[in-house]
Amino acid sequence: MNIVVCVKQVVDPDVPTSAFRLDDETNRVRVAEGIPPVINGFDENAVEAALIVREETGGKITALSVGNDFAMDVMKKPLSMGVDDLVLIDDPQFFQLDAYATVCVLSEAIRKIGEFDLILCGRQASDWDNAHVPLGLAETLGLPSITMAQQIEISNSMVLVHRVFPDGYEKVEADLPALVTVSNEIGQPRYPTLRGIMAASRKSPIVWTARDLGIDPARFEPKISVTGLSIPPSLGECEFIEADTEAEAGSRLAQRLREVKLI
Amino acid sequence: MTEILIVAEQLDGGLHPVVGELVTAAQGLEGDRALVVLGADLNELSKTATSLDVDEVYVVEHRLLLEQTSEDLFVAALEQVCRQTEPRVVLIGRTFLGRDVGPRLAYRLGVGVAQDCIGLKQNEDSGRVVVTRPVYGGNAVATMAFGQQNPQVVIVRPRIYESVEKDVSRNSEIIPLTVNLDSSMMKVRHIERVKSEVEGVRLEDAQVVVAGGRGIGGPEPFSQLSELADILGGAVGASRAACDAGWADHSLQIGLTGATITPDLYVTVGISGASQHMAGCSGAKHIVAVNKDANANIFKEARFGVVGDWSNILPSFIVAVRDLSTG
Repeated sequence: MNIVVCVKQVVDPDVPTSAFRLDDETNRVRVAEGIPPVINGFDENAVEAALIVREETGGKITALSVGNDFAMDVMKKPLSMGVDDLVLIDDPQFFQLDAYATVCVLSEAIRKIGEFDLILCGRQASDWDNAHVPLGLAETLGLPSITMAQQIEISNSMVLVHRVFPDGYEKVEADLPALVTVSNEIGQPRYPTLRGIMAASRKSPIVWTARDLGIDPARFEPKISVTGLSIPPSLGECEFIEADTEAEAGSRLAQRLREVKLI
Repeated sequence: MTEILIVAEQLDGGLHPVVGELVTAAQGLEGDRALVVLGADLNELSKTATSLDVDEVYVVEHRLLLEQTSEDLFVAALEQVCRQTEPRVVLIGRTFLGRDVGPRLAYRLGVGVAQDCIGLKQNEDSGRVVVTRPVYGGNAVATMAFGQQNPQVVIVRPRIYESVEKDVSRNSEIIPLTVNLDSSMMKVRHIERVKSEVEGVRLEDAQVVVAGGRGIGGPEPFSQLSELADILGGAVGASRAACDAGWADHSLQIGLTGATITPDLYVTVGISGASQHMAGCSGAKHIVAVNKDANANIFKEARFGVVGDWSNILPSFIVAVRDLSTG
């Protein structure tokens, strides 16, 4: 069983919003110096899912990422969690790839990695929230795609998935090879063990460039482009309800909500 | 010729509420509007569709579309509809189905797609669609412009636009379309849907949501939150911290990694308002926050706030709300 897990380095979504800065030239969000990036949370869930599947089926897990300016100790986390290989597509020409170009690069990289049975991705990235790179990847590689997995089982060359549904879950299955996106309901990503961290520190990622993949970035034409980015003004007009006691403040809040017809 | 194709998703045998909202969104663009209804035995449904403000209703009937569960078949059918009708814009609601079907359709046609849009308009010079969409967990809003390929696939967040008024005298033209589908296209096989036992109003549909976070300190206070939600006819939610701590079921989670809610009134208790939480409630019209930390981020977004210990504030608030609601 060969599994490829796609992971993305993102701005830490748990940083306070006050640390967000807009870069007008590149239409990207930056954070204050010294705040490290993280691996997209859902992608860590996907790594966890891959490890769970491997415990049952055996085989090999390759984590794959495309970008530039990788923070190596951050990107090595999947290795320390237990994946076998890390492939980084690192090329300054891949600065600010849009979703389509990302799909193109990932699909070429997966072809180069070779035989695979299962591709796992996080359900969406916490920066651009597109939730369509995995779907595009499945379309490009001609694979069945199943989104929002909370449970994944492999049997008889098939993948059986419980998908998170608004009021429950949906059971679906598909033949392998297939692509599955993973939601947080799969469970908390495991903490790297000391042994895992030591092993990861001795491993070097496999690094490929555009040329290694036979891709000419000049070919990429944006199908949709970001023309502006702004931080929505916070309301900044919170009316604080005050009273002599906290209990009184509670009833006064209710009266105030009544006055403005919110209840 | 149809310029704007609106995908008429179904819900419980009728039209999904988002369809009327998509028609409103389409009214802001130039060009004829058409709805496409896909399924089997669509007589009733296509009549309903003609009462919306559109010029045409395309009816795609196929026995394989009866169950309405296969995304693979929807994508295949919509791809054929797009090739036959050559629309300039395709509008799809960001529903469980739409957020997958929209991007897959776009990649299959080799065109651009914008996910989870909260605004769309037409650039007066280029005539191309320009959308706005929340990014970075709702902490920023991006404006994005489509390139030159058609169709421009726009996936619209539900409950942003008001639904268009139904007008039974409208009688748009019904045009049947034929698509070729076979069961080999269903690469993903649907087995069953298992409903979890959630009482009362669904979180994502609720007009009022009452939610608790890390600050409430344990699972017990959720019974008080439920009591309040019941009085207000709303639903109970929770922050990720409360769910991860095991105080509330993960199905109640609001935020980037959970439900996206759009209530008129959102009452938060002990929620600090981390950006990943705000991502799930940026569509709430009015936020009321109870938190002991006056500097908590939630107060930046709240209309009303009380700073203090929730366990002193909430009981009297509930009593007063009940009195005011019944009185």
